[in-house]
Amino acid sequence: MEQAPPDLERQWQPAPLEPLGHTDAGLLAAVGEEAEGSRDEVPGDGTEHALGLGVLMTENNFGLKKIEISVSEAEKRTGRNAMNMQETYTAYLIETRSVEHTDGQSVLTDSLWRRYSEFELLRNYLLVYYPHIVVPPLPEKRAEFVWHKLSADNMDPDFVERRRIGLENFLLRVASHPILCRDKIFYLFLTQEGNWKETVNETGFQLKADSRLKALNATFRVKNPDKRFTELKHYSDELQSVISHLLRVRARVADRLYGVYKVHGNYGRVFSEWSAIEKEMGDGLQSAGHHMDVYASSIDDILEDEEHYADQLKEYLFYAEALRAVCRKHELMQYDLEMAAQDLASKKQQCEELATGTVRTFSLKGMTTKLFGQETPEQREARIKVLEEQINEGEQQLKSKNLEGREFVKNAWADIERFKEQKNHDLKEALISYAVMQISMCKKGIQVWTNAKECFSKM
Amino acid sequence: MGKLGGEGLAAAAGRARTLGMEGERLASPARSSGLPAGGAGGESPGVDAPLLGSSGSSTLLQAEVLDLDEDEDDLEVFSKDASLMDMNSFSPMMPTSPLSMINQIKFEDEPDLKDLFITVDEPESHVTTIETFITYRIITKTSRGEFDSSEFEVRRRYQDFLWLKGKLEEAHPTLIIPPLPEKFIVKGMVERFNDDFIETRRKALHKFLNRIADHPTLTFNEDFKVFLTAQAWELSSHKKQGPGLLSRMGQTVRAVALSMRGVKSRPEEFMEMNNFIEVFSQKINLIDKISQRIYKEEREYSDEMKEYGPIHILWSASEEDLVDTLKGIASCIDKCSKATEKRMSGLSEALLPVVHEYVLYSEMLMGVMKRRDQIQAELDSKVEALTYKKADTDLLTEEIGKLEDKVECANNALKADWERWRHNMQNDIKSAFTDMAEENIQYYEQFPTLGVNVCRKRQGFWHAGGRKEQGKLL
Repeated sequence: MEQAPPDLERQWQPAPLEPLGHTDAGLLAAVGEEAEGSRDEVPGDGTEHALGLGVLMTENNFGLKKIEISVSEAEKRTGRNAMNMQETYTAYLIETRSVEHTDGQSVLTDSLWRRYSEFELLRNYLLVYYPHIVVPPLPEKRAEFVWHKLSADNMDPDFVERRRIGLENFLLRVASHPILCRDKIFYLFLTQEGNWKETVNETGFQLKADSRLKALNATFRVKNPDKRFTELKHYSDELQSVISHLLRVRARVADRLYGVYKVHGNYGRVFSEWSAIEKEMGDGLQSAGHHMDVYASSIDDILEDEEHYADQLKEYLFYAEALRAVCRKHELMQYDLEMAAQDLASKKQQCEELATGTVRTFSLKGMTTKLFGQETPEQREARIKVLEEQINEGEQQLKSKNLEGREFVKNAWADIERFKEQKNHDLKEALISYAVMQISMCKKGIQVWTNAKECFSKM
Repeated sequence: MGKLGGEGLAAAAGRARTLGMEGERLASPARSSGLPAGGAGGESPGVDAPLLGSSGSSTLLQAEVLDLDEDEDDLEVFSKDASLMDMNSFSPMMPTSPLSMINQIKFEDEPDLKDLFITVDEPESHVTTIETFITYRIITKTSRGEFDSSEFEVRRRYQDFLWLKGKLEEAHPTLIIPPLPEKFIVKGMVERFNDDFIETRRKALHKFLNRIADHPTLTFNEDFKVFLTAQAWELSSHKKQGPGLLSRMGQTVRAVALSMRGVKSRPEEFMEMNNFIEVFSQKINLIDKISQRIYKEEREYSDEMKEYGPIHILWSASEEDLVDTLKGIASCIDKCSKATEKRMSGLSEALLPVVHEYVLYSEMLMGVMKRRDQIQAELDSKVEALTYKKADTDLLTEEIGKLEDKVECANNALKADWERWRHNMQNDIKSAFTDMAEENIQYYEQFPTLGVNVCRKRQGFWHAGGRKEQGKLL
């Protein structure tokens, strides 16, 4: 097992246990911490993820503990939903094991069942509380890019199996993220079966979520977003578009390839029946037919492997959306900042006008003054005072918003860099493993056809 | 039709006779031959050139019958009453001894003994006021003496081929005549003058003529010779000679009537043969369908790959670090698409035409069985008439005697040709499928080298097994 190059290592100190509903300030403080000292187990690179390991903060101590997470089973269940109607759903068993450093053995520490909607809840929570992080995506809710042999049914065992792997992958990604792994809600997700939903909802995260409308508005009206985020948005659009296209065509290619292989299977049956009437050719036909059957059935495994490859690409397809979420947050913050700055500038202007007595801007006060007469100097003084207070406040706010914005950009960009490394590594591996799959398919093909040729030549 | 020349015919058993064409001369005495079939000498048919005495010995056309020379009586095999040798009868000159059969097969397996080379090419469209049709150029090169020259070039259209086939079937009702490509393809929107269709047909016609040329009996058929050598007007006038429409119709009516009686007792070996033909026909038809379907699926696969590859190139434009890998995969996919096309063209060159020819052969064979059964039915009906004393018993007995001979000849002819056909079929099928397997092997052999190039660019991020191992390391 190769280790990733050292520049991906991340080091930090354990943070004090955070309260359940952390404030933004608290969050920023935690995020802004610098790493000091060194640790022997270091999370945050692809290798950890590949090993199925994550690093988690445990409840009562500050030591980093290596854990293994697996989504080991899936089970069909029936229950009653919110509207008290009977429903069928699939539950997934999550097992957590802690690894003792000394002897490398693992001990099962927690095991509980979760359904897909709970995973969604967890993710939505993470999105709200870590807007500067590219939050790992969940596997698809419904089967897409399906080719004819695959079922689009959510209850189909193959789909459930692939989803199980996808959910495990999600948990591993979160657990190996340097920041996300320390989240208490995430920890409880793995350890506290009952009451978890209530706990999450109590954080009130839904209220903190930015409204879609607000975000959309900001996207259109923001004047000076950081160029890097604008580029990132374009990149994520391109990534999404190209991977979607690739997956669509790949599904069609899989369909065709399936057809080619399976039709050959018919030779097997017909050769076998034909061999019954042939004296000299019979044996050759019969055994060649057998090889045709082998050939035809070999496509099933090949395409199953390819489906895993497709899932790897799909993960990055969904990651594109996560990237866009970070960009949106930046745009929102930037827009907010710009509005605040604009507001401050106008107040300053007003103040100046009042002070100097010139009216350059249109204001309601100005109109009413015109209509109802000038105000008294005392009134004017009062107004100036109010304005000056507001301006002070505004300047404070602007400062803190500015700081917030810069922190956000800094931290978000750090995570985006981490993400880029991860993406390059993972996609390269996925592409190479795809090439390997093709090679192995060819090797099988050579073998089968060589055998068939031998049978034919003996006819 | 020229008279038979007396010289060149020796009075020996099984002697071949020459059918003269206008202006044809007998270059040298015919050799004694123990194998009337094909007229070739039993041991070394091609050694003495020209095989003067060997043309068309076993074909008996209506026209020839009228010109039978007295010398014919010297030939053992021509001791039968000529009146029975109408279109429906078969020349009793097919070999019946095992030795002769072996030699017959041997004749075919030695390609260097081939003395008739035919090519079909250059399809050309002809437009007249009434119709449009295609003619094919047929070039014949031969060293045979009975041909006027050593090289011939003629143009023929499909109708002419149909005529030839009909004549061969008339002359040899129980020989397995090679099949002609279909008149037109019923399913699919194939225009009659579509290039692929014409090319496929041309190849099939080429095969048709060469199969006739390779057949020990058919190769000496007179109509075959006319077909290969006559100019257009000669052919037309030759075609007009022959049984009139009425007599042909009468023949058909009789045949239908006989077949309705059914075959009382088909000999065991022909029951087996019939069974084989039925099963074979079913299977070869299925194989034809399967092969066509594979071709179609491969075409669609190749088309999708053509779209699949470029997406990777597009992607590489936005991924600095993945450019090499993506481009590598795109190039693999591209090569795969090209290799698939090559595989497809291999299929359509080798496998598809062979399988299709045997589909047509299987129809042929059923017709041959029917005709054999008809000949036997004729005999059976006379025997029945005799049993019930329906007519003059002496005449009947005589007729029955002749019919018995006829049946025997027909059966023997079929049996021998059957063996030959089985043997050829085995070879053809074997080689077609072996070629297909080889095409597939070559196809798959291309990729490991290509794929390895992609993997070489991995730069140290190698992790074998990929996805499946993730999450399972507990």
